[in-house]
Amino acid sequence: MDTKQYIETGILELYVYGLLSEAENMEVSEMAKEHKEIEAEIISIEKAIVSLSTSFSPLLSADNFEKIKAKLDLKYSKVIDIKPRNNWSQYVGWAAAITLLLGIGYQYTQLSETKNLVATVEKEKTNLQDTLIDLKLKNKQTLTALTIVRDTKNTVINLGGQAVSPKSYAKIYWNKETEVVYVDAAGLPEPPEGMVYQIWSLKLLPQLTPTSIGLLSDFSTNNEKMFAVEKTADAEAFGITLEPAGGSKSPTMEQLYTLGKV
Amino acid sequence: MTQEELIPLIINKDERAFTIMYDMYSKSLFAVISNLLKETEDAEDTLQEVFVKIWKNIDGYAEKKGRFYTWILNIARNTAIDKLRSKGYNNSKKNLSADNFVHLLDDSNKLVNSIDTIGILEFVKKLKPKCIEIIELLFFQGYTQQEASDELSIPLGTIKTHNRNCINDLRTYLKV
Repeated sequence: MDTKQYIETGILELYVYGLLSEAENMEVSEMAKEHKEIEAEIISIEKAIVSLSTSFSPLLSADNFEKIKAKLDLKYSKVIDIKPRNNWSQYVGWAAAITLLLGIGYQYTQLSETKNLVATVEKEKTNLQDTLIDLKLKNKQTLTALTIVRDTKNTVINLGGQAVSPKSYAKIYWNKETEVVYVDAAGLPEPPEGMVYQIWSLKLLPQLTPTSIGLLSDFSTNNEKMFAVEKTADAEAFGITLEPAGGSKSPTMEQLYTLGKV
Repeated sequence: MTQEELIPLIINKDERAFTIMYDMYSKSLFAVISNLLKETEDAEDTLQEVFVKIWKNIDGYAEKKGRFYTWILNIARNTAIDKLRSKGYNNSKKNLSADNFVHLLDDSNKLVNSIDTIGILEFVKKLKPKCIEIIELLFFQGYTQQEASDELSIPLGTIKTHNRNCINDLRTYLKV
């Protein structure tokens, strides 16, 4: 029997339907192995009958698939691809995420540090400005003092230390034309708490007449110890006494620190 | 994926193969089961039972004994018939002559209106009534040639060729 005749008997259809005996099945199976056209015919018959029956399937709910999987203890569902082919892409993703997080963390730290730095710099700037102002003030005081010392129109009177404080000394710069008086008190000790140096212009004749020309009230803050006091027109000598804060009407002679004649 | 590629995976209990197998054959088997068991619940229980059997008994399948599809088709038909008997249905094997697989489409609640189904329905309408009867008995119900011959009053020797002519019409329509 040639293959075409064999096919035409219709035995292959019954083979697919499962209606043959075991012996017949073995025979068809052998024939299919030997003849490609028989195998192809079997596959076509199967496709046709599977298509036909599939078309007549009533609605089959997805629950059935899930229930079978549960009964068989299968884990994977239709939609999950169990072995992602590009594992590395997953790791790259994670690596990128971690790098980003680290980056953000680093940036945040940098930001904090920068903020702190800015604060520090601001503080230093303020300090420097304070110092500058201080220096400008000192410079101004120094220049003032220097101007006074250099002014040839000034008469310089050296005041020597007296009994209460022999090591003390002072200088008076007096412009007789403008009558302006400056006191260089660098040689006087810091006055005790509640006490103040008072400057007196003295007339010696016909009798000793002291006239107060001012107090060195901001003694400790004046760096150059160069003080401007009140004008005087006709002094013959200058003296400095230590008086209670606010000064006295007449000098306390026991506390005469320095004295000098014009 | 062809059956030849699928079977080694199933034997190795590759779970993806189970999903593929289910997609390929579950509806075909469900149609066969539903044709025998009219209650949806019975049919669904049976289908589940069939796939559990297939998976657990895969070692019992041998290629030299027949097609894989034929093997699972037999499991489906036999399990459904067992269910029929256990449920105490009448011996429906002899009582279904007025009913056949085409009636599966009559139940509008169950109907799957895919384009393919609509197309094949048109085709089945043109198919000779004798063909529907033969396919019903041989394929859907698993009648022997002798049983079909008796049922349809067709000479035993012509059953095979009758069936082949019907399948040829189907293949011409499906282009397979």
